Amino acid sequence: MIRVVLPAHLRALAHVSGEVRLEVAAPVTQRTVLDALEARYPMLRGTIRGHDGGPRRAFMRFFACERDLSHEPPDDPLPAPVASGAEPYLIVGAMAGG
Amino acid sequence: MSGVRVLVGTRKGAFVLSSDGARQQWEVSGPHFAGWEIYHVKGSPADPDRLYASQSSGWSGQVIQRSDDGGATWSAVGNQFAYQGTPGTHQWYDGTPHPWEFERVWHLEPSLHDPDVVYAGVEDAGLFRSDDGGQSWQELPALRGHKSGPSWQPGAGGMCLHTILLDPIQRGRMFAAISAAGAFRSDDAGQTWRPINQGLQSEGIPDPDAEVGHCVHRLAMHPSRPEVLFMQKHWDVMRSDNGGESWREVSGNLPSDFGFPIDVHAHEPDTIYVVPITSDAEHFPPDGRLRVYRSRTGGDDWEPLTAGLPQQHCYVNVLRDAMAVDALDSCGVYFGTTGGQVYASADAGDSWAPIVRDLPAVLSVEVQTLP
Repeated sequence: MIRVVLPAHLRALAHVSGEVRLEVAAPVTQRTVLDALEARYPMLRGTIRGHDGGPRRAFMRFFACERDLSHEPPDDPLPAPVASGAEPYLIVGAMAGG
Repeated sequence: MSGVRVLVGTRKGAFVLSSDGARQQWEVSGPHFAGWEIYHVKGSPADPDRLYASQSSGWSGQVIQRSDDGGATWSAVGNQFAYQGTPGTHQWYDGTPHPWEFERVWHLEPSLHDPDVVYAGVEDAGLFRSDDGGQSWQELPALRGHKSGPSWQPGAGGMCLHTILLDPIQRGRMFAAISAAGAFRSDDAGQTWRPINQGLQSEGIPDPDAEVGHCVHRLAMHPSRPEVLFMQKHWDVMRSDNGGESWREVSGNLPSDFGFPIDVHAHEPDTIYVVPITSDAEHFPPDGRLRVYRSRTGGDDWEPLTAGLPQQHCYVNVLRDAMAVDALDSCGVYFGTTGGQVYASADAGDSWAPIVRDLPAVLSVEVQTLP
């Protein structure tokens, strides 16, 4: 089970509170997590990255395990603690853009 | 008993202000979509329960919301606005070619007849249409593809298509206005377009009476007489009596002919309203006095409306989409300010009172007249 933390404005858009938990088949990458997130919550399409898996929006960032993954290739495996559910995958609104 | 629903878009959410026909006591609902910029909210003329809202943010871009119950609940619908074909370029501020890039939806114009049909005016200037209640959007590319398109330049607020008027009599005729390209007309439901800017004079462009390049801030028409158009331009209030074929200035005795909104009385096609602003550099009312000006003669001769409006130390602006009228017997007029006030007049502008005083900066105001 993958744990995803959304920023407040996207939690409101998706009508969720707290973490989102997703079943994601291996390989667990940023792309497959975001694909699963958008499949569960279609209203998030286009708000984190471009439509149809396009590039990350400029003021959205991706963190996990105290690392900034925003510039990592989207098909690279996520850290093992994220894939195991021990650590969440954080989608963050940058400290700009609001 | 009849009533009104005022739909307010602000920098940080949407608000719905409701009243009965007396328009003295108001119920305020909101913020809806708190924290997001709401450029525009508008109801369908064919179904007053059907509302559309343009929601956007610097973080997450564009979202379109739809309500099927008059704003009680909302659902996000389609937000993919893809220019048709290879987008090409327009001019950037420095005169260099700049690729067309979708930024946001400024204005949503529901069809007069079908609640599932809605048009969207976007930045960078383009016109989109949805036939399925906002689920999917297709560009009407002929407007952006007009031969003058590569020469269009953005105004200070971006190159926005901010006005869409649908002719209620001549089906298929529609008008659009773009800052800073000008006004355009289609007579075939958006399949072809041509500029309608003859008579405009803009000192801020190299050729003051060029075919395009004018910073049109707003167009308005009365539904009973759609061949007569009114325009608030960057400077100058203009009028056309022939569907935009030609324009003449009707600024008359206004204290300033700079401004953003313009609107028409619901029952008097020659009664129009503007809010003069000092200048392009000073986006606040002349002398710090918030005055709506009304002409009962279709322009040229204007009277200030001040009762209930602040007449000292007022330095707010009223943006282009932030004025509307209702259709009750005594026409109501409404406008919102960048200071967060929404003012209402239940007597065609003779007197005013604030419905709310402290909202976020108001971007748009629309009104629904309810049975």
